[in-house]
Amino acid sequence: MTQTATKISNYEADYQAIREQRAASNPAWLTQLGDQAWTRFTELGFPTARRGNERWKYTNVAPIANASFGLSSDLVAGSDHESELRRAAPWDDEWINLVFLDGRFSKVLSNLNASDSGNGRILVNNLAEAINSGAANLEQLLAKHVKFQEDGFAALNTAFLGDGAFVQVPDGSVLQSPVNLIYLTSTSNQPTVCYPRTLVAVGKGAQATVIESYVGIKSGALNPEYFTNAVTEISLAEGAILDHYRVVSEAKQAFHVGTSRISQGHDSVFSSASFAIGATLARNDFEVLLDGPGASCNLNGLYLTADAQHMDNLISIDHAQPHTSSQLNYKGILDGKSRAVFGGQVLVRKDAQKVSAHQSDKNLLLSSQAEVDSKPSLLIYADDVQCGHGATAGHVDKDSLFYLRSRGLDADTASRMLVHAFAREVIETVKVEPLKQFLDELFLEAIPETGLKLGGAA
Amino acid sequence: MTSKNTPLLEIRGLCVSADDLEILKGVDFTVNTGEVHAIMGPNGSGKSTLVSVLAGKPEYTVTAGTVRYQGQNLLSLEPEMRARMGVFLAFQYPLELPGVRAWQFLKAAVDALRQHRGEEDMSARDFDRMLREKVKLVDIDPDLVKRAVNEGFSGGEKKRNEILQMAIMEPKLALLDETDSGLDIDALRIVSEGVNRLKNPANATVLVTHYQRILDYIAPDHVHVLLDGRIVQSGGPSLAMELEAKGYEWIREAVEASG
Repeated sequence: MTQTATKISNYEADYQAIREQRAASNPAWLTQLGDQAWTRFTELGFPTARRGNERWKYTNVAPIANASFGLSSDLVAGSDHESELRRAAPWDDEWINLVFLDGRFSKVLSNLNASDSGNGRILVNNLAEAINSGAANLEQLLAKHVKFQEDGFAALNTAFLGDGAFVQVPDGSVLQSPVNLIYLTSTSNQPTVCYPRTLVAVGKGAQATVIESYVGIKSGALNPEYFTNAVTEISLAEGAILDHYRVVSEAKQAFHVGTSRISQGHDSVFSSASFAIGATLARNDFEVLLDGPGASCNLNGLYLTADAQHMDNLISIDHAQPHTSSQLNYKGILDGKSRAVFGGQVLVRKDAQKVSAHQSDKNLLLSSQAEVDSKPSLLIYADDVQCGHGATAGHVDKDSLFYLRSRGLDADTASRMLVHAFAREVIETVKVEPLKQFLDELFLEAIPETGLKLGGAA
Repeated sequence: MTSKNTPLLEIRGLCVSADDLEILKGVDFTVNTGEVHAIMGPNGSGKSTLVSVLAGKPEYTVTAGTVRYQGQNLLSLEPEMRARMGVFLAFQYPLELPGVRAWQFLKAAVDALRQHRGEEDMSARDFDRMLREKVKLVDIDPDLVKRAVNEGFSGGEKKRNEILQMAIMEPKLALLDETDSGLDIDALRIVSEGVNRLKNPANATVLVTHYQRILDYIAPDHVHVLLDGRIVQSGGPSLAMELEAKGYEWIREAVEASG
């Protein structure tokens, strides 16, 4: 505990500095929110104690707690990173593109000129701007669904909350262009941290597509480690439809902790796909609250790990109302000595009848040293429900491999083709064509060329 | 490498087991170019094992015997090398490969063959042109090659897709493992016509079947009966007719009587 306390002091100076800097311009409620969150963080610290803590049982965050991450002091140059950005993150000129460099909005790199961003009704903005202009509903929306009282990472993010994305789709509006939010971490001389914050509110009967990308500049092996502590809050009002994509393609030396909270109203439809690659340690804490009858969500995920990477997905779905449905389909590809943790928690509350919930986590092990802890779970307190779950871990199917080899493909090429095919099932769920292509190339490139472990399914 | 007198395939005393169970117990079998051989036998006689071993399926263990293909030791080669040298197995149960696009798979197969022969990869356009021609041969829906390999295909489509692959790879030694099973009469005719059109004096076909029916369409030069892991009788096309009329019990009794 004393060690944790010392390390919290690393953040203290940054916090006090930023508080002072913003106190004059920030509304009182926001300063107060920051103070509450900071106090709570000092009480909670990081969840390094894992015994009896189901949410962190298989993931050790001591490397984050013990490092000395500070806010990036570099000035946002922006334009220097344009070519890097195009390579590292999904992009299309037709989209509404918001780029955040080391946690701060970069006007130079962004492109807000897409067709319906400027029609005055739909609001796509950076949070700092929304705060400055005194956006009236911000106070009602911020930190509503993320409970920082229970979570040190969310508390820390909320304490430092200063910039991020604010996407508001008014009732009945259909946002044609995808909103592309890119959180880019550049290189620095010392270990840095940034606190991306994303707030999405989709109004009654409104429709939108939002892409969140977390990317690091991959050049240079000697870069110090960095930490992305991201929080996303999404609300869907009655009948709203949101397609959501989360892309984590951080650099090798990155720690990434993402906390996403989604709240769905009556008959709303939330489709999401999460993709993760890179990063020393990545955590995707993703929670959907089905808070209105008829609400449904479809959550897909794909992760690929190598070397000593650690990938943790904790996906929770709360069926709080009857006639709600959820589909959860995650897939992992593990190489080297990497480790994946999958926790899927489906809760069906009492009186939430006529619920359907299905979850699956399938893992492909490319090495005998890779390891997966997959723990899908169902907590059902209603009696008229349709639920199912399953988890698998195995190697490349030997019969499929023989089929390909019998047509002249060498073992490595054939294995790669099968691994790619395994990934493709999730990539194919992406409805935005340029994003689908970007992801297909990203994952194909990451599949090892040789030495894949062959043989029977476990 | 191959002289005019060297058989395309020469199997001597082949013994094969799987999971410590002996399946083939000394098979002798020779195939020359230009020939069509039919191997008939009841279920469990070892027909599929024989052609699978020739294609290099890993789970079998060869315990004795030799297999020479164009004079070379076939058993020492990896499955992909056998394919590149012209050995092709049409699977009894073609696998579904979700996520593997048929077009990419077929192109990779052709590229592997061409690289083996020291030729350049085919351009996508040339490959498409070639594919269009071959697709006609097996009367397959051209859109199937845009989909994942065999995924959601009917039994007949899967078998036709095997013959499409064969047409694309132009093997020297085609091994057809119960290609007739599960086919209705129209599909059987289409598949057989495809096989017949691919036949030429420089290649050979070995077809494994339970029933005589397919032999009405693909006329064999030689018919062999495989029983309990051994070829117990060989003859001309009339042997197949006799088997169809009298059943496998007849030959079993005949073998036991003579043995």
